[in-house]
Amino acid sequence: MSIENHTDKQEFNITVYTENHIGLLTRIAIIFSRRKINVECLNTSPSEIEGIHRFNIVITETAEVVRKIAGQIEKQVGVLKAYYNTNQDVIWQEMALYKVPTDVIAERAIVERLLRENGARAVVIRKDYTVFETTGQREETDNLIKVLEPYGLIEFVRSARIAIIKDSEGFHRKLQEFEESEPHDEVVENEFLSSREKVFTM
Amino acid sequence: MLTKEKQAPALPKEAKTISGAEALILALLEEKVDTIFGYPGGAIMPVYDALYDYTDKLNHVLVRHEQGGIHAGQGYARSSGKVGVVFATSGPGATNLVTGLADAQIDSTPLVCITGQVFAHLLGTDAFQETDILNITTPITKWNYQITDASEIPDVLAKAFYIARSGRPGPVLIDITKNAQQQKFEFTGYQPCRHIRSYKPKPSVRQEYIVQAAELINGAKKPFILWGQGVILGSAEREFKAFVEKSGIPAAWTIMGAGALATDHPQNVGMLGMHGNYGPNVLTNECDVLIAIGMRFDDRVTGRLDKYARQAKVVHLDIDPTEIGKNVPATVPVWGDCKETLPLLTALIEAKEHSEWLGQFRKYNKEEVEVVIQEELFPTSEEMTMGEVIQQLNDLTAGNAIVVTDVGQHQMVACRYAKLNHTRSNITSGGLGTMGFALPAAIGAKFGTPDRTVVAVIGDGGFQMNLQEMGTIMQTGVDVKILILNNQFLGMVRQWQELFLERRYSFVDITSPDFVKVASGYGISGRSVSKREELQEALQQMLSHQGSFLLEVMVTKENNVFPMVPQGCSVSEIRLK
Ligand SMILES: Cc1ncc(C[n+]2csc(CCOP(=O)(O)OP(=O)(O)O)c2C)c(N)n1
Repeated sequence: MSIENHTDKQEFNITVYTENHIGLLTRIAIIFSRRKINVECLNTSPSEIEGIHRFNIVITETAEVVRKIAGQIEKQVGVLKAYYNTNQDVIWQEMALYKVPTDVIAERAIVERLLRENGARAVVIRKDYTVFETTGQREETDNLIKVLEPYGLIEFVRSARIAIIKDSEGFHRKLQEFEESEPHDEVVENEFLSSREKVFTM
Repeated sequence: MLTKEKQAPALPKEAKTISGAEALILALLEEKVDTIFGYPGGAIMPVYDALYDYTDKLNHVLVRHEQGGIHAGQGYARSSGKVGVVFATSGPGATNLVTGLADAQIDSTPLVCITGQVFAHLLGTDAFQETDILNITTPITKWNYQITDASEIPDVLAKAFYIARSGRPGPVLIDITKNAQQQKFEFTGYQPCRHIRSYKPKPSVRQEYIVQAAELINGAKKPFILWGQGVILGSAEREFKAFVEKSGIPAAWTIMGAGALATDHPQNVGMLGMHGNYGPNVLTNECDVLIAIGMRFDDRVTGRLDKYARQAKVVHLDIDPTEIGKNVPATVPVWGDCKETLPLLTALIEAKEHSEWLGQFRKYNKEEVEVVIQEELFPTSEEMTMGEVIQQLNDLTAGNAIVVTDVGQHQMVACRYAKLNHTRSNITSGGLGTMGFALPAAIGAKFGTPDRTVVAVIGDGGFQMNLQEMGTIMQTGVDVKILILNNQFLGMVRQWQELFLERRYSFVDITSPDFVKVASGYGISGRSVSKREELQEALQQMLSHQGSFLLEVMVTKENNVFPMVPQGCSVSEIRLK
């Protein structure tokens, strides 16, 4: 894991595998708010396994704080596992939507150039407005805002980040271990032992 | 051990149609619950109605306030080691549980609290006595859950008991809507819970850590054991004693760990923390290996963290991995239940005597006796001290009583000086510091261990926070000894104002009713003493009285608890005066 300095703040991606239970969102969210940590974005979605939910949470904190937070999350009943990774260790994407008045960009040539240059596509083209969509990292989605501003950007929205851990084998094998009622050696990892593993966990 | 008890016999397999409320009662019986502390109301009436048919099997204690109910549940759990069970209605009944839940959460006390809730179809409509108790209690419960359908009751209750008592114990709240209590369903039996895939009660033990820990301990010149409530919660007192005795290492306790090793054990060097003993605090910053067992390095124990045991290598044994490295970095993290890890460690350590090192603790103790303890326990002043009351109590109980304390100066004095021969004998609100805890907790403790003498040591302020529970005593006839140490002040706050705020006594001067008269209104005998000559005899009268007794002792108004590690100071800056 690419954490050189434990006292420097940087962006971390926390990936949490959970049961699909009402109330877990609050239980997880208050772990941050109680410590006055701002959640930059939070996404919940299904995972590769049916019935298992996946949270993707981004915060800017020191590695030390993130380790403790991940531990607190993993401790909650209903949480199977919490991983944390720096941006270098994940592949991440965000999606953005932009609403622009159609008459301003009515000239087809401009629209096409914009789409091409920014990897965007038009989702809806109506007489009154057009909605563009783009997916990428922060700079890319930010960039299109700048590009579209001269054309009178009416509305903008960006999704929470989703991320895939580069070195993860997914959760199928892990889940089997969790389902065994006897404690399984591999279920219990920790910072000291798993430093020899690539996927870092608390 | 907590999680490995025998499989309870499941109820007959053939289905029968019963109400959710009755299923709840059957679940409690299956979990071997014998006592419930509770208070009825509209949203929990079906449960109380079902209970009506089971009063021969379940003892329901009608408390006078739900806060009293939950503290009683805590006292019951702490004295007996069993799960405390509490009933309350929706809305105000449920919100009255909040302080007790927070207290149980921070002190890891196993509870299952059942609250009634409005009908499911009314949820979110601001119905009469509707409150979002699930969201209110999320940060202060180990787990909580709302049941809206009767068929969920058996499984959810099984889960609730399993979560409350396994691993690091804690409070669980189950909110049941009224329709679910009333609803009839096909009950096919109760299956105790043994496993939840998304809950790990304890990490598995890693032999490599045991080996590393033993190496550190064997090589140490000045090792020092700190133990906390984990030893008691893990029922590991015997394993702990074996470890202490083979290692020959001096051992000190947090307030929550008091009693796990008898007070007069030669290696028990005393209490840690803000009002702990002199030697254990100072020598924390001189030891070379610190062995922390089932304790969490609370700030009241560590004082200023960046000046805490910096020189020491730290071996930390805990069942909760998030406690290891939370406040004090661990050199060797020994994850696991100390009932399992301690024997493994004991097997690998060399038998030693650290007499010279123990001698250093004795030296500091001698100084503490001279400057603080002698005058506190055997005062030459005319007025009585809190310490001498506890000292006399020790003489009379011989250290065999359960001492329940409230919060404040009397708590620190009682915990410092009470002689405890047995484990589960010190019941106090450690993490939350909840005034009003002692009286109801003492009631619960007595129900949990009816054979033991239970003495509640309470301040004049704290007693007035839950004195309505004398009504519970009156109605149940439970036998608790109430010892009020009356200094006519909110003493602990006054002490801080005296020491750190130039004696600006802002609202700490508290008047009290005639406690003996109030008790008498509840049919409880009592007495008030202000002269030393009467003290011993009065304590004897309290202890030998059949049934509850209230003894008020008038003590010096402006005494301070010492030693003291002032807030923000390092443990080695502890003051003797
Ligand atoms: C519910 C609650 N409110 C306030 C406090 C703050 N507090 C801590 S100790 C104390 C004074 C307690 O006075 P008393 O019960 O008379 O005991 P003493 O310190 O005099 O022994 C107060 C007000 C608290 N711990 N709990």
